[in-house]
Amino acid sequence: MTSVDQVQAAWAVQRRQRRGQTALVLVAMVVATLISANLGEVDLVRLWDRSDRLFNYFARMVPTLAWETLGTDLARWYRRGSVWLRELGITFLIAIYATFFGMLFAVLGAFVAARPLAPAPWACWAMRRLFEFARTVPELVFAVLFVFSFGIGPLAGVLAIGLHSMGALGKLYSEVAENADPDPVRGVRATGASWPQIMRYGALPQVAPAFLSYGLLRFEINVRAASVLGFVGAGGIGQELYTAIKSFAYTDISAIAIMLIVSVALIDMISERLRHRIIGAASLRASA
Amino acid sequence: MTRIETARAACPEAFPARDWRWFAKFSAGAILIVLFFAGLALLGFTPERVWRGLSRLGNVGAMMFPPTSGGQAWVYIKAIAETVAMAFIGTLVASIVAVPLGFIGAKNTMPLGPIRFVTRRGFDVIRGLDSLIWAIVFVSVIGLGPFAGILAIAVNDTGVLAKLYAEAIENADADQNKGIRATGAGRLQVIRFAILPQVLPVFLSNTLYFFESNVRSATILGVVGAGGIGLYLMDRILVNKWPQVAFIILLILVTVAVIDAISYRIRRRLI
Repeated sequence: MTSVDQVQAAWAVQRRQRRGQTALVLVAMVVATLISANLGEVDLVRLWDRSDRLFNYFARMVPTLAWETLGTDLARWYRRGSVWLRELGITFLIAIYATFFGMLFAVLGAFVAARPLAPAPWACWAMRRLFEFARTVPELVFAVLFVFSFGIGPLAGVLAIGLHSMGALGKLYSEVAENADPDPVRGVRATGASWPQIMRYGALPQVAPAFLSYGLLRFEINVRAASVLGFVGAGGIGQELYTAIKSFAYTDISAIAIMLIVSVALIDMISERLRHRIIGAASLRASA
Repeated sequence: MTRIETARAACPEAFPARDWRWFAKFSAGAILIVLFFAGLALLGFTPERVWRGLSRLGNVGAMMFPPTSGGQAWVYIKAIAETVAMAFIGTLVASIVAVPLGFIGAKNTMPLGPIRFVTRRGFDVIRGLDSLIWAIVFVSVIGLGPFAGILAIAVNDTGVLAKLYAEAIENADADQNKGIRATGAGRLQVIRFAILPQVLPVFLSNTLYFFESNVRSATILGVVGAGGIGLYLMDRILVNKWPQVAFIILLILVTVAVIDAISYRIRRRLI
């Protein structure tokens, strides 16, 4: 048997194995899909039957705008515009404050949860579990609980999104802090500084750009999350949107949706620019 | 005379006077603090409200112990299975639909600018609305039940995944395209043999990541009647059955942790 034949035979064996694996994965996927479709009550016939309703639903959202009466038509479309604008403002405020509080507590906790920096192993363990809990429970669940205990209004929304942000950011921040250069930390420790001082002057300056950039990313996510808090009474534009959808006020739905989409896109754009600038500055500092 | 003052006398330029810049910084800080508290007031933060809320929250927390299923463990387990199933099918459909859309939205595979632009803005429109908004829309068209939730997840994720896929395609190595094109391959063959092998692992790992995040979001779609465990969670809170609420939250925590662990393993193997 020549060596070419050997290679070919080995290749054939490998190919057969790989094909077998692929087939196995495919079969598993098909079985999982069938089970899930059954559990999820997937009903393509109903979807087909209702497809014209779905089409009509979106078609009715288009307001009647005539060129001659554009001003009055627009005014009628956005007749509750001032209310919506105010609620949109509240939605942003919720996102801003929730991100601020989330970042604040995540920064404070991240140094405790970072293994090489933690003041005590038990504190590190406890902080990690706290972060895990806060980011696994969906913010809307927190929102429902907080509306129950703090009453209806944006206060519950800020606390809910803030708590969830703390968990999500805390995990990312502690990972960043674990990768920080230990030399400055040791240097500050050698001066006899206390633990908070070591973190403030040894670790924080290194990780601040990454913290800020993750915080901005979280802000983008939080604006979207704040837009639906109103569904459970936790403030913001969601309340108006919920009422519009439930009462089939089609043009109101599109009016609010457009406001949301445009402002979310704007915020994403601005925040992306800022993030590039921060990260750009950080990499500059690292190379200098 | 202290040493600092001697130093100031020796080289005054090292100690800048408090000029207008210091004043500007100070007043900017003051304005920010005032704005901060004005915003808090606008959002309804008052010390006594926060205090009262915290004590009520403490009471709720105390009432949650010990968590019990109230004899309905199977109902809840079935509901959480439904939640995972919703996330699975929704993500699967979205990841399949998003592949062609991603190629249409990427610069190197779609030469026609206007089509690319419209597709990209379409992703933005879909992404701009939370999956919960899509969920109530589908509930009002299709009716109550998990199917509406599946459609909501599928639509919302198509927008997000298509954008990520398009970015991955644009970041693919151009040299391999040239290599395949040099063999005389057509446009579709370049996509199949040069781009797809590069981006497939990125696609798969993004999809898995979204499956994880969808399990989380599917747990709350029930709040608007789109199936899953959220419906029970909402209902038990409204009727003040706190031990069962705690049981459901624990069930969610365990499920999410298990799915995260499995998906993390698979993603590590892919990359």
